Parts: sequence; C-alpha cells; structure tokens
Amino acid sequence: MTILVIAEHNNAVLAAATLNTVAAAKAIGGDIHVLVAGSGCGAIGEAAAKIEGVAKVLVADDAAYANQLPENVAPLIAGLASNYSHVLAAATTNGKNFRPRVAAQLDVDQISEIVSVESPDTFKRPIYAGNAIATVQSSAAIKVITVRATGFDPVSAEGGSAAVEQVSGTGDKGISSFVGEELAKSDRPELTAAKIVVSGGRGMGNGENFKHLYSLADKLGAAVGASRAAVDAGFVPNDMQVGQTGKIVAPQLYIAVGISGAIQHLAGMKDSKVIVAINKDEDAPIFQVADYGLVGDLFEIVPELEKLV
Amino acid sequence: MKILVAVKRVVDYNVKVRVKADNSGVDLANVKMSMNPFCEIAVEEAVRLKEKGVASEIVVVTIGPTAAQEQLRTALALGADRAVLIESGEELNSLAVAKLLKAVVDKEQPQLVILGKQAIDSDNNQTGQMLGALTGYAQGTFASKVEVEGDKVKVEREIDGGSQTVALNLPAIVTTDLRLNEPRYASLPNIMKAKKKPLETLTPDALGVTTTSTLKTLKVEAPAARSAGVKVKSVAELVEKLKNEAKVI
Repeated sequence: MTILVIAEHNNAVLAAATLNTVAAAKAIGGDIHVLVAGSGCGAIGEAAAKIEGVAKVLVADDAAYANQLPENVAPLIAGLASNYSHVLAAATTNGKNFRPRVAAQLDVDQISEIVSVESPDTFKRPIYAGNAIATVQSSAAIKVITVRATGFDPVSAEGGSAAVEQVSGTGDKGISSFVGEELAKSDRPELTAAKIVVSGGRGMGNGENFKHLYSLADKLGAAVGASRAAVDAGFVPNDMQVGQTGKIVAPQLYIAVGISGAIQHLAGMKDSKVIVAINKDEDAPIFQVADYGLVGDLFEIVPELEKLV
Repeated sequence: MKILVAVKRVVDYNVKVRVKADNSGVDLANVKMSMNPFCEIAVEEAVRLKEKGVASEIVVVTIGPTAAQEQLRTALALGADRAVLIESGEELNSLAVAKLLKAVVDKEQPQLVILGKQAIDSDNNQTGQMLGALTGYAQGTFASKVEVEGDKVKVEREIDGGSQTVALNLPAIVTTDLRLNEPRYASLPNIMKAKKKPLETLTPDALGVTTTSTLKTLKVEAPAARSAGVKVKSVAELVEKLKNEAKVI
C-alpha cells in the first residue's frame, strides 16, 4: 500500500495542515509519498522531504499549477493516482476545491473530512453539522479522501529525508485563469492552528468593539474568530468565521464572547478542549457546551479578563 | 443564456437531528424538510442574472423522492422557469448525483450551472466539482460574486486567507457560498403561479445512469457528549479555573 498526500502550500511556505494529513496517512499505514504541485515550489519540495515518515516527494513545477486551479491540478493528480491505494488532501478550501474533481475523474466516490481512521478502508466523518458521526467503508480501488486537520495530531516537520523526484502533468487546460486575490492581513496566529481562539458574535455590537477581543487575544497569543452573525453584520471579514460554513477549529481553549451558540457555529468549535462562554443571556445554548460560563456584560468582563490573565 | 440550478431537499437547518437507536442513520420521520440553504442562494443568483438580462431561462433540477417536488415548486415560485425531477427513492452519493446532473447538462446544454457549495445533511462539498470533472467545464467554487462578461464568467471565491478571483470559460460551473446573496422569499401570488409552471419527471434509468456506489455507511452515531460545565461567578474565578483546573493559560 502506498499513499499519496497532496501538499498544501502557497508557493512560499508549506501549510501546517499538510502535517495533519500526513498523520492521517500514517494512521492508514503504508509508504507515504507527498506531491508538491506549484510554480517555483522547489523549496516546498525540500520542506516536504523533511516531514517525518515521508518516503518520497514528487514535485510538479509548472506555471499552470501556480494558483492551484483545479482544472489544471486535478488531471495531474488523477494521472498519478493509479500508483496509489489512497490519495489524501487536507480539507482546506483548496483541498475541497480540487479533490472531488480528482475523484470524479477516477470514477470513485470521495470521502470528505475524515476525523479518524478505523482501518485502511473504514473512516469516521461528521455529518449534519457534526450532530452525527458516520462510519463509512469504501470498496474503491483508489480511496480519495479529504482530512479534517483538527482530527489528527500533526507529525513532526523535521526528521525525514525523503528523495525528491520531478514529475510533470498535462499543464494548463486553458479553460480557467487566475485574476487576483485579496488576503486579509493578520499578525495573529492562524485561526485553524491557534492554541487559543477568542471569538465574537452579534453581541459585540459593531466592528469597532472587536478591538476588545484583539487586545485580549494579543495578551493570550490567541487567534480571533467570529460567528456567522458577526460576519453577516459586517463586523469582521468572513475568513474569520468559525462554523459549518466557515472554519473548523479545535484549540486548547475557545472563548466565545457574545455568541448564542447556534448549531452551525457549534459545528465549527465543539471539539475544542476547553470552551468558555461569556454571554449576558443565561439561557443561551452556548452554555450547554461551555466548560466554564460567565453570565454578564462582555464590555465589563473582557477588559477585566485581559487585566487578570 | 440558459442557467441550470441544482437544488436538494434536506432536513431544515433549524432542526436538531437525532440519531436512530439502531445506528442506521438519523431520524427523518416527521421532521421538517426544506431547500438546502446554499441551494436557495443558487436559485437567487440565477434569478438575479435573469433580472439583469444575462439569463434568458432558468431550469431547476433536483434528484430525490416524489416529495422533492415541493422544493422544485419553491424554486419556481422564486423565479425559475421550469423544473426537472429525477425521481430516486434511495440516498445517492455525490458521484451518482453528479452523473445524473451531467445527463441533464447534456440534454439542456446550459451555459452556466449553479449549485450550492455543500448540502447541510451529508456535508460533502463534492457535487459541483465532480460535475466539473464529468463535463470538462471550469469550476468557480465558494463564490461570493459572479459576473458574466462576454464568453467568460468572473467568479470571486472565498478562500482560507481571504478571497480570490478567477475567470472561467463558459459554459462553467459555479457553487455558491453564503455571502453571494440574500435569498428572497416567495410571494403568495408567485407560489400560486408556480403551480402552473412545467415540471418534468425523469428516472436514472431513463437517463441511462447507474447509481451504484463504492461507499457504504456502516453506522451513524451521536457525537461524544461534552460533560456538563459550570457557571462561574466572577472573572477572577474564571481565570483561576483556567490556570489551575483546566491548565490552558
């Protein structure tokens, strides 16, 4: 059995989610190869070769793969897949984008967002916004899977010494092109990788008030998230959204401030180790999942909390 | 241009689902069903493109039981012109759904296919992309803005660190994210009018599509429950507990 893991990167750094995906591959068992597809991505290939437990790194360096356009990347991966028993990618927006295209090209069903490996053909995955966990078995010759990063502890980024091999695909299909991108600038840790996350909801009142959460977060070394209500109200950009339709986080500590705790939000954070809820409504559903709840005015509590930690 | 919109009948997003005692699935008997929220956004976007004069006809399609006609009628009331129901009693996986949609695309020859980014029951997030592979069309997933310009469609997409814009050759596939638009409500007169709009019923057999799957669900369980927490009286007590009891700060 040989497993192919698709590296997640932005042509400059290897994304941490790749290490969680390799961990899932390790749980399946077998040789692990990593594919780095990009443009000028040689350094990423070298970084991938150092990942613990990786036997071989394939590098596809082509301008066509620069922006991970699925029309170009999927045929590359599908072309390589016949040599593998499993093809894994992280369930990031990028992984979710190209992965089903690969599966359909191979004419196999895809298993999305696995959170555990029961055996090489059996996996667990959440459905219904995390309100049920399905155990699914695949009889496909090539198992095409995305991995929820928070379900697997990352392997070490150091210690490996895999051989690097160049591969090529079919290049640019010519049906899509990259126009541009706008990335939110942030000095805080990345939301999905942070050990502590402080999130605000509708109760924050406006975007200006999020400054209270930013300064608390900076004191804790935390990332700042938001509920969908806060995003829809325009308080913060939507890449801060935690939930079924946003990001899935599982930090050591999740502090929910002014968040009622709708099903769609809980789906994104209820696997956090410790959950703290700060809300003025003592009947808010968030208190049903919170380890520690504090009923009161967030505008008094948050500054006081910042002082005491 | 003609736009094809795929919609799905799912459990209403406000319902707290329960897992069946025999672990065979979730209990959907007597539970409120609705159109998947992302599909509502897809219908809305198609209707807006028609209102702008970009689209000439909107065909809405679903795959499901006879009762899924309700969701098609909803889409017709929102502004779709006609509907196609591919009747299937079984729970189909995304690949089978994508193959059925491919058969409809071959038949209807739309310039744009709009789907939701994921259904809130299976949470798969696969069908649009799979349809892209099967048709060979380009895909604009997680769309927050869609602009048709000549023979291309420009799609602004929500990605992990912000947003990205891609240009796709038409025909193309777009899957909707929450921020694309705010779906309208169907008015009573439009609901009445929708009852007279055409609704065609097909079967997978008639389309020549086999829907067998390599995936089997062995069991469905409730997630591990969190142990009940405590309410603290003061910030000082909270910090003390986080430091000494939970040891997370």
